[in-house]
Amino acid sequence: MPARSEFAAGFADPVRDSQTVFRAVMDAMAHPGRIVGVAPELTPPTPLTATSGAIVLCLCDSDTRLWIDDNSPPAVSEWLGFQTGAPLTGNPAEAAFALVLDGEASPSLGQFCLGTQEYPDRSTTLVMQVQSLTGGAPLRLTGPGIDGSTTIAPVGLPRDFLTHWAENRARFPRGVDVILCAPDSVVGLPRSVSLSPERV
Amino acid sequence: MNTPSIAAYNFAYLDEQTKRMIRRAILKAIAIPGYQTPFASREMPMPYGWGTGGVQVTASIIGPDDVLKVIDQGADDTTNAVSIRKFFAKVANVAVTTRTGEATIVQTRHRIPEEPLSEGQILVYQVPIPEPLRFLEPRETETRTMHALEEYGLMHVKLYEDIARHGHIATTYDYPVKVEGRYVMDPSPTPKFDNPKMHMSKALQLFGAGREKRIYAVPPYSRVVSLDFDDHPFEPQTFDKPCAMCGAESVYLDEVILDDRGGRMFVCSDTDHCETRRAKGHRGELAGEIPEAAQ
Repeated sequence: MPARSEFAAGFADPVRDSQTVFRAVMDAMAHPGRIVGVAPELTPPTPLTATSGAIVLCLCDSDTRLWIDDNSPPAVSEWLGFQTGAPLTGNPAEAAFALVLDGEASPSLGQFCLGTQEYPDRSTTLVMQVQSLTGGAPLRLTGPGIDGSTTIAPVGLPRDFLTHWAENRARFPRGVDVILCAPDSVVGLPRSVSLSPERV
Repeated sequence: MNTPSIAAYNFAYLDEQTKRMIRRAILKAIAIPGYQTPFASREMPMPYGWGTGGVQVTASIIGPDDVLKVIDQGADDTTNAVSIRKFFAKVANVAVTTRTGEATIVQTRHRIPEEPLSEGQILVYQVPIPEPLRFLEPRETETRTMHALEEYGLMHVKLYEDIARHGHIATTYDYPVKVEGRYVMDPSPTPKFDNPKMHMSKALQLFGAGREKRIYAVPPYSRVVSLDFDDHPFEPQTFDKPCAMCGAESVYLDEVILDDRGGRMFVCSDTDHCETRRAKGHRGELAGEIPEAAQ
């Protein structure tokens, strides 16, 4: 029988690997702006990276509706479907998790599920692939989890991201949370942080 | 291959789907500081009220490299703390410690260690009643709306009635705090003495309420302000005497009855803090002389 790509390697040690990935993601969300290394041994189909693939594997299952980029290759959804069993949705407004393979082509944050004032936790968490977490235009972060302020400089954010983030922040406690994923590391952007362009 | 024994549990007891569910709740809780995130609390092999919420949180975050400390009212050596520490040593095979500084995860029932926590440490609270408004408004539908509308007047009325009746705010534990200027949160029944330690703490603070099925969080470097009034500012407890064993001042003390004629002593509630100080040679009035052999 020919090898099917969706069966290709998931976590080698699912219990330990998910715990390692989760602690990295939790560290990133608790310290927004901190670049946290996540480089699991995982071979998902391109353009899904091992880092963002591992985060989806660590957090998604049959209880979480997953939205994936419209233009993602079928191999990605087949692989994630096989590995996690998460039901796919074409409607970003009903997704618990959204996998954005190309950050620059992401729908605006307001199109995802924002939760309600009573249940702000029922909102989408975006796993957003970007080219790099360094080398871009510097952004200043302030908010809970940050001692004073910190700076990130990701490359490959959606256009008008700062405007959309400001809208997202203004909706607090509603709003989406974003995990920016470079090929070997992540940065957490919980809805509680404020972003502004760093004056150089 | 060894034949598995009957009790072959998954690492850290919980199954992986449960851990994923709890992990998702923890991430949401961190993103919305002070908001009580609902989660599908599981039956644990201990009764509700014994820390099932904290145990589920710890089980979902702990890894083989962690070092776990468990305290009950500040003490490492009481039944609840010993049982939970043994539980994780058995089901997760993790290293355990009583030293605050050595632990990566500290699970606590109703105290925050005296030694300031450092960056990277995680404090997991066992919470009985997570809703700070519950004794003022029993309906969940109503308290949920009050949090949604940021309508916390009732809590201020409660504190005001304290002042009207007693001349000061008489709440001494479970003292309500406001997190990052938004959610009023129950710090769990820690003495109000510990409230200032939550403010801008370097450690991540996670709260698990098993029976009530809620998880909430305070990220590091977050503002945690105890509610008060301009003319009746928040004041933590103070003690007239230092610890009778180690002589520590500015720590939380437990009263210990010594006899039936009114004799009593006050000792550190944080046993690790007290032992560390005594090992360094600090002596309180009832500690006795240092044995010559130890000198």
